[in-house]
Amino acid sequence: MTAELGNFALVLAMFVAAVQASLPLIGAERRYTPWMALARPTALLQFVLVAIAFACLTNLYITSDFSVLTVSQNSHTDKPLIYKISGVWGNHEGSLLLWVTILAVFGSAVALFGTNLPPQLRARVLAVQAMIAFGFYLFMLLTSNPFERLVPAPDNGQGLNPLLQDPGLAFHPPMLYLGYVGFSMAFSFAIAALIEGRVDAAWARWVRPWTLAAWCFLTGGIALGSWWAYYELGWGGWWYWDPVENASFMPWLAGTALLHSSTVAEKRDALKGWTILLAIITFSLSLLGTFLVRSGVLTSVHAFATDPARGVFILALLIIVTGGSLALFAWRGPQLRSTGLFQPISREGALLFNNLVLTTACATVLLGTLYPLMIDAIDGSKISVGQPFFNAVFIPLMVPAIVAMAIGPFLNWKRGDIVPVLARLRLAFLLTLAAAAAAWAAKTDGSLASVVGIALAVWLMLGTLTELGERIRLFGEPLAGSLSRLRRLPRASWGMTLGHLGLAVAIAGMAGASGWKTESLQVMKPGETVTVAGYDFTFAGAKEGRGPNYVLVSATFTVSRNGHQIVTLKPENRVYNVSRQPTTEAAIHVTFTGDLYAVIGDQDKSGGFVTRLYFNPLVAWMWVGAIVMVFGGVLSLTDRRHRVGAPRRRVPAGASVGA
Amino acid sequence: MRKFLLAAAVLLIAFPSFAVEPSEVLDDPVLETRARKISQGLRCLVCQNQSIDGSAAVLARDLRVLVRERLVAGDGDQEVIDYVVSRYGDFVLLKPPFKAATFVLWAGPAVLILLGLIATLIFFRRNRAYAAEEAVVTSLTEDEKRRLAALLEDET
Amino acid sequence: MQKRLLFLLPLAVFLVIAFYFARGLQLDPRKLPNMLDGKQVPAFALPPILDRDDYGFASTDLPGGVSLVNIWGSWCVACRIEHPFLMQLKERNQVPIHGIDWREKTPEEGPAWLEKFGDPYALVGDDPVSKAAIAFGVTGAPETFLVDQKGVVRHKQVGPIDAKIWDEILWPLIETLRRNGSAG
Repeated sequence: MTAELGNFALVLAMFVAAVQASLPLIGAERRYTPWMALARPTALLQFVLVAIAFACLTNLYITSDFSVLTVSQNSHTDKPLIYKISGVWGNHEGSLLLWVTILAVFGSAVALFGTNLPPQLRARVLAVQAMIAFGFYLFMLLTSNPFERLVPAPDNGQGLNPLLQDPGLAFHPPMLYLGYVGFSMAFSFAIAALIEGRVDAAWARWVRPWTLAAWCFLTGGIALGSWWAYYELGWGGWWYWDPVENASFMPWLAGTALLHSSTVAEKRDALKGWTILLAIITFSLSLLGTFLVRSGVLTSVHAFATDPARGVFILALLIIVTGGSLALFAWRGPQLRSTGLFQPISREGALLFNNLVLTTACATVLLGTLYPLMIDAIDGSKISVGQPFFNAVFIPLMVPAIVAMAIGPFLNWKRGDIVPVLARLRLAFLLTLAAAAAAWAAKTDGSLASVVGIALAVWLMLGTLTELGERIRLFGEPLAGSLSRLRRLPRASWGMTLGHLGLAVAIAGMAGASGWKTESLQVMKPGETVTVAGYDFTFAGAKEGRGPNYVLVSATFTVSRNGHQIVTLKPENRVYNVSRQPTTEAAIHVTFTGDLYAVIGDQDKSGGFVTRLYFNPLVAWMWVGAIVMVFGGVLSLTDRRHRVGAPRRRVPAGASVGA
Repeated sequence: MRKFLLAAAVLLIAFPSFAVEPSEVLDDPVLETRARKISQGLRCLVCQNQSIDGSAAVLARDLRVLVRERLVAGDGDQEVIDYVVSRYGDFVLLKPPFKAATFVLWAGPAVLILLGLIATLIFFRRNRAYAAEEAVVTSLTEDEKRRLAALLEDET
Repeated sequence: MQKRLLFLLPLAVFLVIAFYFARGLQLDPRKLPNMLDGKQVPAFALPPILDRDDYGFASTDLPGGVSLVNIWGSWCVACRIEHPFLMQLKERNQVPIHGIDWREKTPEEGPAWLEKFGDPYALVGDDPVSKAAIAFGVTGAPETFLVDQKGVVRHKQVGPIDAKIWDEILWPLIETLRRNGSAG
C-alpha cells in the first residue's frame, strides 16, 4: 500500500510539475498575473507530493518491505537502522528520488522566501525548475521506478555493499546532491534572465544566496567524500581523479567561478555573459555527472549498475536541458550589454583572470575524464587517463590562480595599481620564500609539487591576512580601533577572507599529505615494535569477534613517542556476513601535525599479522580547511544585503506599469 | 556455529585481501622503490580506476610480483613497463602515453589557456574602444546628456 | 557577427561532446583489444594439474594444428556456464581444446571440478600465479584463444563460448585456417 501511495504521489508530482512548467511561463510572457501567481502554489504542492513519495520509500526500507524491488536489492534485515535509511539513496532509483526531492526543496524555498523577487522573474524561475523536475519524473516513472514491485517477495534482501555501511558515506550523497541540485536554481535564474533579456545588479543579488548555498553544500559534500575515502579505504588516499569524483569537482570549479563572476555582475555591471554562461555550465556539469554515473559509459568505482536504456534517456535529458539552454544563450546572449568598463589590472580584471583559470581547469578535467571515451569512439583503442595526467596538468594550472588570489582583493575596482600592492605584499612574499626553502630542505621524495603546494598555501594565507590587517588598520591604529573595525566588517567580507584562508589551509593539508607521507609495511608478532616517523607502534595482539552483521579480527597497538604513550589504536579487519567481502577499518589518531594511521591485515603462516603503519602529515588540515571554507560561505549567506532585499529596479520614465 | 563462522572468517581473511604485502617486498630497497613506482603507474585491470600498487585484487598482486621478478632479473624500468603494455595495451598505463592519438589530450590545457588569454586581450581591446566612446559621451553638455539619457531609455 | 559566433561556441562544443556520449553508449569501456592478434603465442611452460601428473601444457605443444586455448578456473561462474558446450565440442572432436587452470586456491580444486563436470581438455596446465594468464593478457575467465598451425594467435573470445559464437565466429575461422594451412 505504501509503495502504491508513493508511486501515486510521484505521478501527481509530475503532473503538478507540468502545470508549474507551463502556465507561469506563459503568464510571464503575456503579463497575465493569475497564471504567474500559479508558480508559488504549484511549487509548494510539488514539494509536498515529492516529500510524501520520499517518506513512503523511506518507510519501505525501514520496515524492510522486500516486495519492493529496490528494497530487496539494496537492503537486509540485519542492517542497522541508520543504514537502512541511508540505503534509500544508496542505489540508482532511490538517489533519483533524492534528486527530485531536493529540486523541489529548492523550488519551494524560492516560492516561500523569494518574496522580494518580481513576480515575472519568480514565475519564470520556478517554471524552469519545474521543467527540469518534469524530465526527471518522466525518467523515473519510465525507466527507474523506486516503487516497482517484486513478486514473489523474497525472505530477505541482498544487503548492501559493506563499504557503504558507514556514517561518512551515509551523508555524503545528500550533501553532494544539495550542492549539485542546488545549482539548478542558479541555472533557472539564468534561463529566466535570458528569456527576459536582462541581467542587472538586482538579478545578480537575487541569484547569489542560492548559488552560495549550493556551493557550501557541494564543498562539504566533496570534502566528506574525500574524508570517507581516507579513513575507509585503508591506505590513506583521498583523491583518485576517478570519473565520478571529477563529476563532482567540475561543478565545484565552475560554481566557484560563478560566485566570483556574479560579484562583478552585481557590483560593476560587467561580465554578464560570463556569469550567465557559468550558471548554465555549472548545472549542466551536474547533469553530466548524473549521466556518467548511471550510463555505463565510463568505468568508475562509483558507478551504479548500468543499463543502456537509462543511459539513452539521461543523454536525451542532457541534450534537451544543456543543448536548449546553450541555444537560448547563443540567441539571447548577445543582447546582454555590460556597461562596466575596467582596466586589465583591477579587481574586475583579477576576477576575470580567476574565471579564466577556473574554467580552463574545469575544461581540462572534463577533457581528461572524457578522453578515453572519445578515443574509443574514434578508433576503438583503449587508453587510461589517471592520476599522473591530472596531477601533471591541473596543479600547474592552479598555481597562477592562487598567486592571483592573494593579490586580487587588494586591487581597486575599475582601475588598480599593481606596484603598490606588490610592495604591501613584500613581507608575505619573503615569508613564502622562507617556507618554500624549509619545505625543500625537508623534502623526502622527489616531489616538487608538495613544495610548491606549501609555498602557495603560505602565500595565500599571508596575503589574505595582510589584506584583512589593512582593512582593519592593524598596526596603524590602537588595537581597540582595529578590533572594532573587525567586528563591524560586513559578513560578506568575512566570507571572502575565511573562504580564501580555508583554501590555504586545505592546500597545505594536501601538500603535506601527498609529499611527506611515511609508510611501513611488515609482519608483526605480538610484542614487536615498529617506528614510523618517530612514533613507536607496539603491537599488543589481535583477537576475533563479531559485530551486528559481520565477523572481525581486531588488533591493538600502543603508540608512543620518546617514551611517552600517546594513544591506543584498534584497527579492525571485517568480513560481512551477506557479501563475504573483507573490508578494513583503519584506526586513526589525529594530531595537529599529522595522522597516525594503523591497518591490520591478514595473518600469515608464521602466526604474525601483516600490519601497515602510516604517518600522514597535515591531513586534518584538509578537513579543517574545507570546514572553514564552508563556514565562510555560510557567513556570506547571512550578510545583511541578502536579508534586506535587493534594490528595486528603477522604472524608466514613460514605461508602462505592470512589469 | 559461532566457531564455524569465525573459522570461516579466518580462512577467508587468510586469502590475500590487501595491497602490497610484506612477502612481496624485495630485499633490495632500491629495487623495491623502483617496483613501487612502476606499480603506481600501472592500472589494475579488474578494478575501477586503481593502480596495481593500491589494489587488493588477485591479478593486481600477480602483476606486482611479475614487475618485481623482472626487476630482479635485471630489466630496466621502461623494459618492465613495455612488457606489461605489450600484454595489455596502453590501457594499462595510468599516465596516457605521448602519441599522436593523445596529442589533443596533452596539448589541450595549454591551448585552452592560450585561447583564453587571446580572448581576454580582444576583450580589453574592445573595452578600450568602448571607453573612447564613453569619453565622447562624458564630454557632452549637461543638457545634451539629459537628452541622450532620455533617448536611450526610450529604446529599452 | 563575431560576437554571435562566440556565443554559439559553447553550444557547438556541447554538441560534439553529446555526439561522443551517444557513441559511447554503444561501446563497452571494459573491452580490451587483443594484443596478441596475428602474433606468436607467448612462450609458457605450465606444470600439470594434480590428477594429470604425466604431462602439463607448454607453448611448444601448440604448432602442428589449429587449437583452442581456454583459460578457466573452478571459482569462475561463467566457466561453469560455458562448460557443457566445451564438452559437446569434445564429443564432436572438431578441434582440440587445451586448458589453462588459472589461479586455483588449492591444487585439488581444479581436478575436482573436472572430475565432477567432465574434462573437455586435451592438455591442461596449472597456472597458480597467473604466469601464463598475464602472458596472454587475460583479465578474466573464461577467455579462449584460437591458435593456428604455426602457433599464431588468430582470435580472442572473451566470455563463455556458446553455439552461436561457435557457428558464427569460431568454426568458420577454423575452417579457413585449415584450408589455408594445408595449402601452405
